[in-house]
Amino acid sequence: MPLFDSLYNFARWLTHDREAADDLVQETFGKALKGFPSFQQGTNFRAWIFRILRNTFLTSRTGLKNEITVSLDSEESESVQPATADTPESLFLDRSNQRMVQEAIEELPVIFREVILLCDIEEMSYQEIAETVSIPIGTVMSRLARARNALRLTLTRKLQGV
Amino acid sequence: MACDTWREKIEAYADAELSPEEMRAMGEHLRGCASCTSDLLGCVQLKRAIKTAGTRYSPGVALRQRMQEGISKKNKPVWIRTWLPGLAATAAVVALAFLLFRPGSSTREGQTISELADLHVATMASATPVDVISTDRHTVKPWFQGKIPFTFNLPELADTPFTLEGGRVSYLDQAPGAQLIFKIGNHRVSVFIFQNMANRGFPSEDERSRHLTFNVDTWTDENLRYFVIGDADPNDIHRLSELLRMAARS
Repeated sequence: MPLFDSLYNFARWLTHDREAADDLVQETFGKALKGFPSFQQGTNFRAWIFRILRNTFLTSRTGLKNEITVSLDSEESESVQPATADTPESLFLDRSNQRMVQEAIEELPVIFREVILLCDIEEMSYQEIAETVSIPIGTVMSRLARARNALRLTLTRKLQGV
Repeated sequence: MACDTWREKIEAYADAELSPEEMRAMGEHLRGCASCTSDLLGCVQLKRAIKTAGTRYSPGVALRQRMQEGISKKNKPVWIRTWLPGLAATAAVVALAFLLFRPGSSTREGQTISELADLHVATMASATPVDVISTDRHTVKPWFQGKIPFTFNLPELADTPFTLEGGRVSYLDQAPGAQLIFKIGNHRVSVFIFQNMANRGFPSEDERSRHLTFNVDTWTDENLRYFVIGDADPNDIHRLSELLRMAARS
């Protein structure tokens, strides 16, 4: 997936809206163009442009509406929970559950949604995610663990029809 | 080390984020622990489900056009003003456009490798990993007759550290292929062979890569696509690939 497609996919997941995503990508591109001379060759371009898109989103009207609703105070002090603690050992997911997985991702608060998208769709390393989201690697790990646990619980609930 | 301690690292293992020593130690532990292997399988399945479900939106034609028009508009006034900044700005546009629109490693290719990694993990976690149990290539190869729409050669493994454990029919995109399980030391490696049809999302070139902590070698020979995948040392994976390539040509 070329980077433009990846950026657009990420923008849609952040904004939940086609027009807002179009505007976000266009604005990101404009900012990247202006800031390109300051981009240091040899550093991570992907993390750089995703960071521009994410920051643009957070300061946009949609982004502000999505204001982080999760307590950030608690997450730094929390230890990383094991991936499978208190969650079903395995969820049997196949293509027929795709819509369910999409809904579960949509339900995640944006700070969890973004790390899971960057990790599992963009296949970014923890270091790249840390650069993109401007958080320490430890926080990337704890957010990922919490995001995955939340997804597992939501999916289990949905699969059981609760 | 207790399972709880390993379990804390399973997610980082699936994300290929442990140190090489920890990756090796975890691999050793997984081989003897059905519970952690099952957790890993769940973790890998969730990652794959997220990847498949999350690769959802594509930019429309209108947006692409707007972006292109945006570039040309941005350039015009600069060109008029002066040559030198114009050149610099154009260079930035070209560089940015190249970085944004260059064909990267396709998601479809990544998904193919992910699916194969899943098949490999599922096989390792299965109580009956192979349907034909034999170390004899002259038994394993004929077993596939009538089950898959092609045939292939298996290498002579005497004087090599590899052992053939058997095989099973596998499916990728609803098309049947062969999955062979080889053993090296305590590691098990899967070799997948499929017909190399167009639009299958196979990597376009021969590749050695690392995916979800697994080492992967892939190549095409006589219109068959081979994938060698496992947690064995990359050099061992490559050595097995070479033996298979030689057998295919014999």
